[in-house]
Amino acid sequence: MSSTAESTPAIPYARPSMGHVVEPLPSGQPLLEVRNLQTWFPIRRGVFSTVVGQVKAVDDVSFDVMPGKSLGLVGESGCGKTTVGRTILRLIPATSGSVRYKGEDFFARQGEELRRLRRQMQIVFQDPVSSLNPRMTVGNIIGEPLEVHGIAKGAEKRERVASLLHRVGLDPTYASRYPHEFSGGQRQRIGIARAIALSPDFIVCDEPVSALDVSIQSQILNLLEDLQRELNIAYLFIAHNLAVVEHFSDEVAVMYLGRIVEKATSRELYANPRHPYTTSLLSAVPEPNPRPTRQRIVLPGEVPSPSNPPPGCPFHPRCPLARQTAAQAGASDTVEITTAGERVRVPRQCAEQRPPLEQKQGEPGHVAACWVTK
Amino acid sequence: MPEPQPNKSPLLEIQGLNIGFETNRGLVRPVRDVSLTIFPGQTVAVVGESGCGKSVTALSILRLIPQPPGKVLGGRILLEGRDLLGLSESQMRSVRGKDIAMIFQEPMTSLNPVYTIGDQIVEAVTLHQGVGTRQAYAIAEEALREVGISDARRRLHEYPHQMSGGMRQRVMIAMALSCRPKLLIADEPTTALDVTIQAQILELLRKLQRETGMAIMLITHDLGVVAENADVVAVMYASRVVEFATVEELFDKPQHPYTEGLFKSIPRLNDTRTRLDAIPGMVPNPARFPSGCKFHPRCHRTRALAASQPGAASAPVPLNYQGGGAALPPVVEIVSEGDRAKVMGVCVSAEPALLEVQPMHWGSCHFIDGFDKAPDTQPVSAHRREVTAMVIDGGVQQPMPVVVPVSAGEVTR
Repeated sequence: MSSTAESTPAIPYARPSMGHVVEPLPSGQPLLEVRNLQTWFPIRRGVFSTVVGQVKAVDDVSFDVMPGKSLGLVGESGCGKTTVGRTILRLIPATSGSVRYKGEDFFARQGEELRRLRRQMQIVFQDPVSSLNPRMTVGNIIGEPLEVHGIAKGAEKRERVASLLHRVGLDPTYASRYPHEFSGGQRQRIGIARAIALSPDFIVCDEPVSALDVSIQSQILNLLEDLQRELNIAYLFIAHNLAVVEHFSDEVAVMYLGRIVEKATSRELYANPRHPYTTSLLSAVPEPNPRPTRQRIVLPGEVPSPSNPPPGCPFHPRCPLARQTAAQAGASDTVEITTAGERVRVPRQCAEQRPPLEQKQGEPGHVAACWVTK
Repeated sequence: MPEPQPNKSPLLEIQGLNIGFETNRGLVRPVRDVSLTIFPGQTVAVVGESGCGKSVTALSILRLIPQPPGKVLGGRILLEGRDLLGLSESQMRSVRGKDIAMIFQEPMTSLNPVYTIGDQIVEAVTLHQGVGTRQAYAIAEEALREVGISDARRRLHEYPHQMSGGMRQRVMIAMALSCRPKLLIADEPTTALDVTIQAQILELLRKLQRETGMAIMLITHDLGVVAENADVVAVMYASRVVEFATVEELFDKPQHPYTEGLFKSIPRLNDTRTRLDAIPGMVPNPARFPSGCKFHPRCHRTRALAASQPGAASAPVPLNYQGGGAALPPVVEIVSEGDRAKVMGVCVSAEPALLEVQPMHWGSCHFIDGFDKAPDTQPVSAHRREVTAMVIDGGVQQPMPVVVPVSAGEVTR
């Protein structure tokens, strides 16, 4: 594994046929279409478990993922990015909304049809320790999906597993070992081998490198990119590290309190952020340069609870732009709010009405939800 | 407000520290020959990956290594000239919290869940400052206010679970600073926090440092956090310091191939590379270190050098080669995680010392220019860079330079 896969003259890894007919998508058609996705968790109280409220973990989220491309989903803990990934795969039931996969309504599928689609959609988890069964050998972990879906067993399965292990930069003889014998980076490679075993077209990568050492992270990112290029896999790449997401994604969506607040191509978003939350998030990333070039914006307060989000624009209590706008000479129609122990004035519109996700100045398709920015 | 005085005598000197752990696989050495000097008011970052020995070094300063299985195999830890390793347990208790305080990565596990925040701060204050309960509560309330917790009086009566992660870390800092320590050891203080909260906490630490003149030993793996906060950096790999320099020197001219590799492997904002330069292989297990230079199985420099000497005959390294300086041919062949690589023989046979390869810049690699002529000196740097204070103005911070004496030359050795 020392030199990752590209330098090892490989046992050729072709995409084996998985028994499903792979129909090429008409060009320009998204692989995955997510529309108005909502995932709410009820808050129950009392002896009768009466529902007293809803945690709107994901609230009206829409986006497309193109075949062979990566969509990055960034945001702070509790913003709902992980819930989006799991809801799309139906690991968590959606409250409402739809997901179309290659034009098919994935949420409506049942039984054999559902299994057929599920083969093509996989997930790589954050924690490579708890996501691998400690009592199964690596060979069984990677081979299980092949057997469950009736694709290969016996000698053929072992052969496939060996080729998969090789593909992710591990020695094929590791198949007989157990997960605890491996380091974090190697376990993440095993998790990736399991995810690609069924030749999926779409993989949700939920913080795939944040639990790994710095020198190992880049190995895994390079591996995921190689696989994407060779196998034409589309990724939903969920992470909190903005530099990693920028490097990895073609398009990036920023989430705050269960909603997408800004979305654009990766280059556009990082060069020309329009939403004040994106701007401050980018400025907060520590720069590996002892002579800082960026201006830091430190946001006051913390992310509010999604069970009780602020009215209007959910970001207004922390928003530096709202304060500046309200403080400008001639600003009319402002209201006073109390946030993080201080009293500040913000525009009335920010405090009372939710801004729509709309086109902003910049590339076509660069959308943000803010009343103030143009 | 006391000015930091960097050019006075050192606050903390770690000299040749060696820590061992008895395990059923034999003696494991998580800290080997670590020397470090911290001056008052200075921030020294210790950088490295999991298992490199950075946290064990920090815990051994406070003598918090469980003994057994741990034991100090050698070295000295001098706090203002007094060897902490020679103190009795009761003397040590008055050092902990009072002279040296520590904050940890996960504030939830470091706070006692069954006591209120106030009770926990007051315990430390009454122990070290000899004041009554009423006055201790006043000090605790002031400490919470200093770390930016609004409504401090009410918060004193809250329990840790009622607070968010960022709030708990503020409480930890308040507790650590309530007795005005001279040195704060911060072990990954922001790793568990979101970036916007991380920015708040680091800003808070810088502000408190400016006000109190305390020194900070900042343990982290995040090079961005290092660049923005440290004056001096020690890079650790496989239980040893492999590079030591001022933060500018280290980021401008990294000398050790491991440091070089780390810088190249991290994605940065506005990075145009399509592919990251990964360091191959993995972090070595302290129970099975390779011989010679511990980085040689992953090192690009030794491979490049070996490849540039086509005439040299290479021989495979004998199995079970233990190092220890036994002569090897100039170029040898090793097996590293299943693939063969040619490396320089000296990297396999001898572990390089940490030498001053350039003025105020220490490195530990056979193939740094001038390594063979470098003097063997203690890693010491009284450098302080200009700290940039931030004034919050409508949420946007305006940089405002604060003059702190910067001098790399006037070091008292």
